[in-house]
Amino acid sequence: MSEAGTTGSARLDVARIRKDFPILSRDIRGTRLVYLDSANTSQKPQSVLDAMDHYYERSNANVHRGTYLIAQEATEAIEGARGIVRRFIGAPSDRNVVFTKNATEAMNLVVRAWGTKHLREGDAVVLTEMEHHANIVPWHQLAEAIGIELRWIPVTDEGHLDVGDLDRLLDGAKVLSFTAMSNVLGTVTPVAELVAKAHDAGAIAIVDASQHVPHITTDVQAWGADFVAFTGHKLLGPTGIGVLYGTEEILEATPPFLGGGEMILNVTKDGFTHTELPWKFEAGTPMIAEAVGLGAACEYLTGLGMDAVRQHEVELTAYTLRTLTERFGDDVTIHGPSEPAARGGVFSFAYKDIHPHDLTQVFDEHGVCVRAGHHCAKPLMRALGVNATARASLYVYNDTDDIDALADAMDAAGQFFSF
Amino acid sequence: MPGLEDLYREIILDHYRSPRNKGELESPPATRVEGFNPLCGDEIVVYVDVEDDTVKDIRIGGQGCSISQSSASMMSAAVKGKSLAEVKGLTKAFKAMMSIHEQSLDGEGEGLEESGESGIDPSEIADVPEEVKLGDLEALRGVVKFPVRIKCATLSWNTLAQGIDEATAG
Repeated sequence: MSEAGTTGSARLDVARIRKDFPILSRDIRGTRLVYLDSANTSQKPQSVLDAMDHYYERSNANVHRGTYLIAQEATEAIEGARGIVRRFIGAPSDRNVVFTKNATEAMNLVVRAWGTKHLREGDAVVLTEMEHHANIVPWHQLAEAIGIELRWIPVTDEGHLDVGDLDRLLDGAKVLSFTAMSNVLGTVTPVAELVAKAHDAGAIAIVDASQHVPHITTDVQAWGADFVAFTGHKLLGPTGIGVLYGTEEILEATPPFLGGGEMILNVTKDGFTHTELPWKFEAGTPMIAEAVGLGAACEYLTGLGMDAVRQHEVELTAYTLRTLTERFGDDVTIHGPSEPAARGGVFSFAYKDIHPHDLTQVFDEHGVCVRAGHHCAKPLMRALGVNATARASLYVYNDTDDIDALADAMDAAGQFFSF
Repeated sequence: MPGLEDLYREIILDHYRSPRNKGELESPPATRVEGFNPLCGDEIVVYVDVEDDTVKDIRIGGQGCSISQSSASMMSAAVKGKSLAEVKGLTKAFKAMMSIHEQSLDGEGEGLEESGESGIDPSEIADVPEEVKLGDLEALRGVVKFPVRIKCATLSWNTLAQGIDEATAG
């Protein structure tokens, strides 16, 4: 049993949490900021901002080389953050935790470095229809380069993965790469089960956990995945930092992605040898302040308790589904699972015939921040039979008032576009 | 502070409700071109029939928001029956309107410096013929105050330009 996410109180005090986020007290054209776009990027608590400021004000220096005090402090800051992240996701060692720019870079690292070395023409990679483009386009690029075959797990009308044909799809496949939680539908997938299926078929398992890690206790060892990728800015941390977790075995079998300083043991005119994990994958001066911020974000969430975070979001998800259905009936279509416990707080929806762009433009008049578009998941949009959706998404600082504000803004949009 | 009424003028909503020249043309002889707005996933299809250096007929397909749909509708009405030279002048004038900085529109401080989001290259709007009248299309002027929507308004125009290029190539 790992130590991931077992602390904290049972219930979130949202009113108190809101005070930790300076941006939430901002006035938007005379109305309060109603932020419902955390699946896109989350807001940052004061403790994250302070940790980054503190690093720059007190300890800024390059890492892993200086002999002076502040250089040592900077090294301790980034490596300390790595340890916090390791505990947060239940990884066995800091060696398993690679810092990247974001989840997209982590996926590209896997596809380019591991994929190029271990895959050959005709090898099959299994994806799902509900993947983010970050888990699609790198594979398309590899397919163009070496001719791998992509297979797709379809999505049911309820927004779940249709695993009826999984054995056939996995037959002979080398990779299963899939999301732990859909950024469009909120669907939580059966990660451990899918990983086991992949391993039974002789494939490695890669998990895009960008939407999962911020919202649900994540234990990478319980999942058993070979690689897990996620990003910092969706989990209360800054932009510019992501994480690639890998098992020791697979990271050792993966050649370095980028070359340069930091990642070498020795360089001569004839060649180079790379250094050990995890720095083998961290060429160049890393994102030190961002790592510090990510560490502070994980500590903040641990302080709240990830079980309490999840419980809050399940309850608010139930309230959201109920409110939108009661107030708008057949005029609203909410994609994804109808059972709150089967999903995260992500709601892609259509309202009347109002285009998502027009809908969210009216929302903006009411201070309500909701994303419109394809959410970097065009194959899923096609499966749903739409070009775009409006998407509202929740986090620890949202409450029922925010959902009521969303519903009021929908009313206003309905009146504005009543033809 | 721009408000919704700056964006959604009545004439825009009218074209959105009742789009002109909606449909398809047989292609060939007409040229069929698809345009995509990668930001929002909107897709537009322009069918253009060019004969004797004139836009003989045009139809619009696909789906999109009120701004992209109304812009396409107004464009179709404006270019139908016009010579290619006139269409070119109209396109330039429209794009020039879409690249006016908010600052020069309001004379207030809150403007955009360079409207990098418009995706309009300065060379596309050089030497706008003075005699060009935008007519109903003027209603889309307010879009400039909402920079992310500029690409909605220009989508059909870029697609038409591509269609005319293809129709007149070779």
